[in-house]
Amino acid sequence: METKTTKTFYLIPYYVWIALFVIAPIALIAYYSFFDLHGNFTLENYLNFFSSVYLKLTLSSFWYAFLITFFTLVIAYPTAYLLTKTKHKQLWLLLIIIPSWINLLLKTYAFIGIFGLYGPVNAFLNVFGIGEKQILFTDFSFVFVAVYIFIPFMILPIFNSLDKLNPSLIDASRDLGASSWTTFSKVILPLTINGVKAGIQAVFIPSLSLFMITRLIAGNKVITLGTAIEQQFLVTQNWGMGSTIAVFLIIFMVIIMIITGQRDKGATSNGNNK
Amino acid sequence: METTSKSAKFYLALVFIVLYTPIIYLIFYSFNSGGSMNSFESFTWEHYAAVFSDTRLIMILLNTVIVALLSALIATIIGVFGSIGIVFMRNKSLRRSILSLNNVLIVSPDVVIGASFLILFTAIGVKLGFASVLISHIAFSIPIVVLMVLPKLQEMNSTLIDAAADLGATKRDILTRVIIPFIKPGIFAGFFMALTYSLDDFAVTFFVTGNGFSTLSVEIYSMARTGITLTINALSGIVFIVTLLLVVGYYFVSQRGKNPVGMGVRK
Amino acid sequence: MKEITRAAIAIVVVCIILFGVNNYLNQSSGNAGNDTLTIYNWGEYIDPDLITQFEEESGYRVVYETFDSNEAMMTKIEQGGTSYDIAVPSEYAIEKMKENDLLLEIDHSKIPNMSNIDPYFLDLAFDPKNKYSIPYFWGTVGIVFNPALLDGQSFESWDALWDPSLEGEVLLVDGAREIIGMGLNSLGYSLNSTDEKELLEATAKLKELTPNVKAIIGDEVTQLMINEEASVAVTFSGQAADMMWENEGLDYAVPEEGSNLWFDNMVIPKTAANVEGAHEFINFMLDAEVAAQNADYVGYSTPNTAAVALMDEEVTSDERFYPPEESRENLEVYKNLGLEMLGKYNELFLEFKMSSN
Repeated sequence: METKTTKTFYLIPYYVWIALFVIAPIALIAYYSFFDLHGNFTLENYLNFFSSVYLKLTLSSFWYAFLITFFTLVIAYPTAYLLTKTKHKQLWLLLIIIPSWINLLLKTYAFIGIFGLYGPVNAFLNVFGIGEKQILFTDFSFVFVAVYIFIPFMILPIFNSLDKLNPSLIDASRDLGASSWTTFSKVILPLTINGVKAGIQAVFIPSLSLFMITRLIAGNKVITLGTAIEQQFLVTQNWGMGSTIAVFLIIFMVIIMIITGQRDKGATSNGNNK
Repeated sequence: METTSKSAKFYLALVFIVLYTPIIYLIFYSFNSGGSMNSFESFTWEHYAAVFSDTRLIMILLNTVIVALLSALIATIIGVFGSIGIVFMRNKSLRRSILSLNNVLIVSPDVVIGASFLILFTAIGVKLGFASVLISHIAFSIPIVVLMVLPKLQEMNSTLIDAAADLGATKRDILTRVIIPFIKPGIFAGFFMALTYSLDDFAVTFFVTGNGFSTLSVEIYSMARTGITLTINALSGIVFIVTLLLVVGYYFVSQRGKNPVGMGVRK
Repeated sequence: MKEITRAAIAIVVVCIILFGVNNYLNQSSGNAGNDTLTIYNWGEYIDPDLITQFEEESGYRVVYETFDSNEAMMTKIEQGGTSYDIAVPSEYAIEKMKENDLLLEIDHSKIPNMSNIDPYFLDLAFDPKNKYSIPYFWGTVGIVFNPALLDGQSFESWDALWDPSLEGEVLLVDGAREIIGMGLNSLGYSLNSTDEKELLEATAKLKELTPNVKAIIGDEVTQLMINEEASVAVTFSGQAADMMWENEGLDYAVPEEGSNLWFDNMVIPKTAANVEGAHEFINFMLDAEVAAQNADYVGYSTPNTAAVALMDEEVTSDERFYPPEESRENLEVYKNLGLEMLGKYNELFLEFKMSSN
């Protein structure tokens, strides 16, 4: 079958990529994780990880990643839904993406100004008599900016799933007397679940290793596994410990993939290409 | 069109306002004659003049755009074929492992990716510069493309492909006439998110660049210690406006002379 | 399918055009000389006019690359792949680079302008006889404060930071050596201490500071202090000078118990391809007029006595940034404590950070 070979031919770049840029680095990281500062073989890094500090970091990383993903989803889903209802929806969608092309550090500096004591947000609060609030360096500002960064990554896949949704399905559901909530939970959501899952993966996974804004926006009051790895690699120069944390991060990611993975029946029918 | 209710419009408007506020803020201060992003003194164009007189900065901007466009394009091509391969994989556990491998680069902190790519490039002997930066950007953009394309592929009804096959379509026809048109929104989403990844990346680029090649992000981050100049704000303002005009302009030009639904329908 | 192909072709065409423009710019800006000199420095840490001037005088084409931390820069130089001719690391990084054999010796006979440098800044412990490095800028770690937001506190002592009236007002620099060092200094210990007991004592004392800590941050501190978001910050003198330039209400003090004296020096990495040019550049930067112009632009303290003489009196007589020799006595330069100890410092610092949540 010569078509078979053409198909695998198309896949070659992808597999080369996996081998060179995924498996090779993982192997390197796994290798480093067994060495201490002096280049001696050790399992101590792994024991270290189970000390209270890193377990605490893991928990807090997961907690914040969960918060970020949750709020991103809550905001993105209705946005994506409403976007599909607008005229020129493709244009509006592009306009959602464009802000993400401006440098992140610059936008973060802008947020520092905006959330500052004398920034526009506090000026606004003052007008309403609420008075100045410390917004910067709080959990709120951290989650807010993180959601801001990730929102396009959630909107896009959800928009794509919603966009192709047949409106007659919704009409049918309505005609059959289903409430809006029933229509949503029984008709719309199941049909868009793949988009939602993709969005959750595209937000939750990188949230675990967020680092820059933990310092700029949260003033190091939020510390994630990503921050810890960055410190180990750059400041402490303990590549062994940094690699060990990275190994755990990858393990956590795989667990998440298995949980959010393909348990739905849809996948089996797709898997069969006869 | 369906009646977009007032509250719906209000909600969308709010989302857009929040998304654009930091950018408006940056552009506002690009006209500040005071040297920094606080206390607006008086209006000036001087930072814009500074952009145009700084050829090094303009070259860095061009490099950034070239790397972003090319890497997003190539990553999209590789990622689309990769995800088609994944979806049609029969072995479930193999498919799951490939998907997990796919996401490793998304979960890894940039520093780790950058350092390991640097080790890889020096080991293979790739000269650090444009090529190494481009390859790295392609590499870390592929997973997001796959993530964006997969849901569309999963939604695709396999009966569609069976029907085409029954009608005598070759595998190639099925790919170019059935699959790709169907997943097109996913492809565009993947491309745009790859652009975002590339334009935002600092740490990976920093490690794998060399021999005078630099991107805007690297430049901006390394300015942080002594303070980011408003020239950068002005540059970002220009880039933002130009992008906006291009996107809106392209959209309306492509709408004209085509059916009104535009991107969604294959011609 | 058609649309996708068209989009792909459009992207390729745009890239080719941009590439062409880039090449054109490159040629029109690149000077005649084929020999290049690659400089690796912090962003905005040199007056760009001086680079142009050096290109004209020497005939070399300068490639200027930037980094944002000593550690990242060292990793790059260690891995190779690029031939940096000049780099500007901080003193503790120089010690490490020496240890890892990443530096070339400097030929002092090619640097006659070295006589311009204040002897006080030469022959220091991190680089005896300046075999590998030549001072570029220097400074201290201290406290920036905003008297208008405070009621008359002064910061002659580190202990002032612990004052309960400063609740939620103090910004700290995100550096283990700086902050643990501050804890050590405040107890009267050396900031290079490796004594377990002293370190634990310092950490315990720092933990008492947590109610006062607003945030532990990096370079953003400049913007925050200028905007009067906080009244007190522990930071480097260079950044303090930047802040005070923008907000004249700010003041800077170096506590009397002692503090850190830091240097950024020019070095020639082992990977250098143009060693001759590197020497020429170092000598050029030490020229009195050049160094004065550079110090004016960057705003940090220059170790160049001849340059100081040319600069504005108002700047150079400011004892906060050009402290007289007798008041420098309690200042210490960081010693390289080894990776193990550095790990210890960072572990304690992480503990402190997590307690501030």
